[in-house]
Amino acid sequence: MNALTSRAFLAPIIAVLVFLCLWELLVWANNWPNYVMASPSDLPPAYAKYWELFIVMGWQTLWRTVVGLILAVIVGVLIGMVMGFSRIMRDALYPLLVGFNAIPKATVVPIVALLFVGQHDFNTVLIAFMISFFPIAVSVSIGLSTLEPEYRDILRALGASNMTIFRKIALPKTLPEFFGALKVAVTLAFIGTNLMEIVSPHGRGLGALFDSGKTNSDYPLMFAVLIALAFLGIVLYYIVVWLERTFAGWADRQV
Amino acid sequence: MALIEIKGVTHAYKTASGPLPVLNDLNISVPEGGFTAVVGPSGCGKSTLTRLIAGLMKPDTGTVMLHGKPVTGPRATVGMAFQNPVLLEWRTILQNVLLPLEIVQTKLTRAEQQDRARHLLSLVGLSGFEDKRPSELSGGMRQRASLCRALIHQPEVLILDEPFGALDAFTREDLWQTMHKVKEKEPFTGVLITHDLRESIFLADQVVVLSGRPATTQYVLDVQAEGPRDLDHLYTAKSADQLATLRHQIAVAQGRASEGDAA
Repeated sequence: MNALTSRAFLAPIIAVLVFLCLWELLVWANNWPNYVMASPSDLPPAYAKYWELFIVMGWQTLWRTVVGLILAVIVGVLIGMVMGFSRIMRDALYPLLVGFNAIPKATVVPIVALLFVGQHDFNTVLIAFMISFFPIAVSVSIGLSTLEPEYRDILRALGASNMTIFRKIALPKTLPEFFGALKVAVTLAFIGTNLMEIVSPHGRGLGALFDSGKTNSDYPLMFAVLIALAFLGIVLYYIVVWLERTFAGWADRQV
Repeated sequence: MALIEIKGVTHAYKTASGPLPVLNDLNISVPEGGFTAVVGPSGCGKSTLTRLIAGLMKPDTGTVMLHGKPVTGPRATVGMAFQNPVLLEWRTILQNVLLPLEIVQTKLTRAEQQDRARHLLSLVGLSGFEDKRPSELSGGMRQRASLCRALIHQPEVLILDEPFGALDAFTREDLWQTMHKVKEKEPFTGVLITHDLRESIFLADQVVVLSGRPATTQYVLDVQAEGPRDLDHLYTAKSADQLATLRHQIAVAQGRASEGDAA
């Protein structure tokens, strides 16, 4: 491991440790009881006590978030393609999309819960999808609509079909924007999943675990859930970063 | 018979405020193996002309003919290079040069394609850069690579839309000489759109001056030189005369001088 990679690994770890120390210090200095704010030292006992729940619930949250995200990618890319290639569709769909995105998803949660009563997995995936497809659709449409005409002309002049131009030029050229949006979408999808998990009765996943911690006034458990969520978010985020390096690494001028 | 024959071409763009005529009764004829430069005031429709020749657009009236046949759509026998080299950043230089062969039918095997690409790259002085990414090359080098891509499928017609416009003076003059070298080794019929009068008489054997919008053929200059020439060519008395004539014609096109004024 050379100096650069060890720096890339050590710097964030040290930052996290410093953050935990400051948090501990803050609680200790103010002499806050657990029901005001739990401290990092309360978390390991909470994890130790409920580790099985964390694994089961964490997995539920994770897979539903990922499925919602995959749906968001598929639908977002399709909408983005339609809007990117057609001026009329762009004009037609933009207000609709913006309006849809402006609705706080917390208000949609009870509607969805009533609409598909008992379909908890489906509802959760749906909310995760709804909250996260917007940035993907917008970035893909911008990426495609701002493609310089010369790029299209070099292939069109040779008689290439629109599909070929899309595959060879438009698609790869849009990848950096797509991954930028996917990084935003990852964290949004987690918010969507947890909204549903917390709000719906007899929910599953880390959101439900948080809710049960709240019901039982188990404050360290609530904070432990938050940290677990942050951890899952970071893991998914770095998976996206890895995908980005693999498929759009050429866009990074630093290497 | 001329290879490229543009006869009575008139074209207008549809805009919100009505049709905007850009070309009006344009006539240009380029013989096989010829190299024609097109100059004119900016915004006079020069780029429209390249799109018409490439078959990317159809004229409202008039005909664009290649080998005596009207152009009805894009053809694989055209190569294009623009002011923006538009290289694909996710591909290496070699892969960029090979791009047209992924569209155009070719009898060459994969190895032969690669050999041809390497040969072209060495011709323009890019040996050793085959596996670099476009972002690792300078502007002049990218333009050289773009030129190779335009030539890889041995097009009959090479359309150059201000390819040297964004380069510094020294790089530009360097590329002019490269162009002559390339044309000698890889014969093509060329149409060069440019704003640079020196470039037009240095590279072309015929210079067409377009009038202001809507553009029509205002003046045709026979450069009276063919094939490679060195930079000294620009400093001969004949070239000085030709440049003065062209400058005057541009002034006329811009409406700053009238046809009768002395050049």
